[in-house]
Amino acid sequence: MTQNSLKRMVFKRRQLLRGVTGLSAALLTSKLAGCATTTESGTIPAEEGEETASAGEPIKLGLIAAITGPSAVSGESITRGLTIALEKINESGGVMGGRPLELVVRDDESTPAKGVAAARELIEQENVALVFGGLDSPVSLAMLPVFHELEVPYMGVWAAATGITRNEFDPNFAFRVSANDNIVDSYLLRYAKQELGATKVGLVLINNPWGESNQVGFEEWAPKYDLEIVGIEKFNDGDTDISPQLGRLQEGGADVLLMVANAAPSAVAMKSLVRLGWDVPVVSHWGPTGGRFPELAGPAATRVVFMQTYSFFDAEGERSEALMGKLQEKYDVKGPEDIIAPVGTANAYDAMNLVALALDTAESVDGPTLRDSFYDLPPYEGLIKTYEQPFSPDNHDALSEDDYILVQWEDNKLVPFDG
Amino acid sequence: MWSQLILSGIAVGSLYGLVALGFQLTYAVSKTMNFSQGASVMVGAVLCYSLNITLGVPAWLAVPITLAAAFGLGLLIERFVVRPFSEGGSNSWLLTTISLGIILENLAMVIFGKETRGYPSTWAETPVQLLGFGVFPVELLIPVVGLAVAISLRILFTQTLLGKALQAVSESHDTARLMGIPVERMISVTFGMSTALAALAGMLIAPVSNVSATMGTLLGLKAFATAIIGGLANPWGVMLAGILYGLVESAAAGLLGGSYREIIGFAVVILMLALRPYGLFGQAQVKKV
Repeated sequence: MTQNSLKRMVFKRRQLLRGVTGLSAALLTSKLAGCATTTESGTIPAEEGEETASAGEPIKLGLIAAITGPSAVSGESITRGLTIALEKINESGGVMGGRPLELVVRDDESTPAKGVAAARELIEQENVALVFGGLDSPVSLAMLPVFHELEVPYMGVWAAATGITRNEFDPNFAFRVSANDNIVDSYLLRYAKQELGATKVGLVLINNPWGESNQVGFEEWAPKYDLEIVGIEKFNDGDTDISPQLGRLQEGGADVLLMVANAAPSAVAMKSLVRLGWDVPVVSHWGPTGGRFPELAGPAATRVVFMQTYSFFDAEGERSEALMGKLQEKYDVKGPEDIIAPVGTANAYDAMNLVALALDTAESVDGPTLRDSFYDLPPYEGLIKTYEQPFSPDNHDALSEDDYILVQWEDNKLVPFDG
Repeated sequence: MWSQLILSGIAVGSLYGLVALGFQLTYAVSKTMNFSQGASVMVGAVLCYSLNITLGVPAWLAVPITLAAAFGLGLLIERFVVRPFSEGGSNSWLLTTISLGIILENLAMVIFGKETRGYPSTWAETPVQLLGFGVFPVELLIPVVGLAVAISLRILFTQTLLGKALQAVSESHDTARLMGIPVERMISVTFGMSTALAALAGMLIAPVSNVSATMGTLLGLKAFATAIIGGLANPWGVMLAGILYGLVESAAAGLLGGSYREIIGFAVVILMLALRPYGLFGQAQVKKV
């Protein structure tokens, strides 16, 4: 090899190393570029041919959720619930004496900045009367100042961060038909203590704001149930083996594990427990929801007991059958196992109906008037429960600890857990 | 606890090494690399999943088909995404291969879907006990396959005519051409091999980590880091660097907690490069002035 070619090699190697920086920069840029081009927006029309019974000027409602990206499934499931409820409302005459509802959808791509921009655009350009939120707590939290500045109510149907409804704004424009992390944490700890006889618990949390939100809740409630937290282990989406972290909890003497992570990472955690051969009970937030968890976690899937706001599996009654029928008809869903994220659909369905009632009560699309009307809703027999005065100035969460259920996977079906 | 950390580290590390071998291979021969290696890991897993699970093709057939398809993909990558952009010493192939990786990922989202799917396999159901700790059989297979591949590459390069031709190409394109070696075809072959290696890694990890469109992204990046730490000089070094990196990560997660895994892992990458710019097993190039 000549000296020249040696030099050239050295040079190229340097360039290559420089390329490492380039690689990360390029990845970042491409992500940003991807964000700019994939912004998806759509309007689900109020009128559907001759079936429409309502004829007045449409009232627009917004949805800001993850339509693309890793959480796209959540956006889809929320859109389904909202759309089916909206079409039913419109078929039976709309709201406020004949005005149809119209849903305007914006994609937040799980990015807070996108959500904030979309919130402003929906309210100022599209004049929506209210905005529904998606799965990502950070997005909903980031949008709160916009809703309060422009005085338009927000209705959360998924994101569970405590601070969304228990915020510092007065008057508070944020409402929710979904779980609240703080309440969930108390619920799970109470179960661990009373039903499993736990004394020491280990936390297995996804390394993101959702994990943080629950860490705060668990740390707040654990002493009240006389439980000791022996360790807090965090892991990332994409990790393939977390047995080292779980081993730490085992050494710490945890007798119950409390888990907060989405389905795929939860499955990784379960497989890691199998590796360790550690037969500890696992109690979880609603991450393992969704038809794929048993597929991802394998036989260990049945070991997790987790909370839900609703289950389509043992659902009876006119409403759930009607919703199931619509899902089958519109979205090619064959059975409950095909409902990819049931809580999103169920929460959204009830939320849309409550919003329609609020509009009827307010007889106005004015933000502050609409907000106040949430306190005076008539009883509503929903999917999850019968709502009787679901909101009050002290409580903006329609669902409470009493409405949560514990479920478990069994033969690829979510069945209520009976202890 | 230590044996669990070590087992877990070796399994994950061998996987980094296997993907990193692909980087080493093309770099050794053509001084270019395929930064869509991560996406190729995913392509291997997704393709094998689609054949084996969705279409019901038996595994003994699905695996070679996937490897062959990945090899073909590698040839195409070299011909259309690398070669036109590396001529005349340009570095554009860096960006074009990264772009291709993102395209492949998004294509997978459209065709395969955004949902993570489980790869049911008896190799990842019941752990076997080793040194008192559990490990899935497939995880034992990963280091075995990794070492076998590294040995095969070594033999290929030193004992076969193809290997000698490849080595000649890596020394000097012009001289090799004068000796009648089809340089372009040799480079194509290394890209085919490197993509097939990535696909192999994808198939090995699928039963443990599940299958999704984004499963290869971080893996590709870590494998690249591993290849650099290993020094890009020989397959042994790269494989060993992969295992070391896996052990560092595993130790960081086990001793400090999961939040520190990537922090410690990538900090070690930077530290390594500062201390040994040519990698652990790379030869320092003497620069005479």
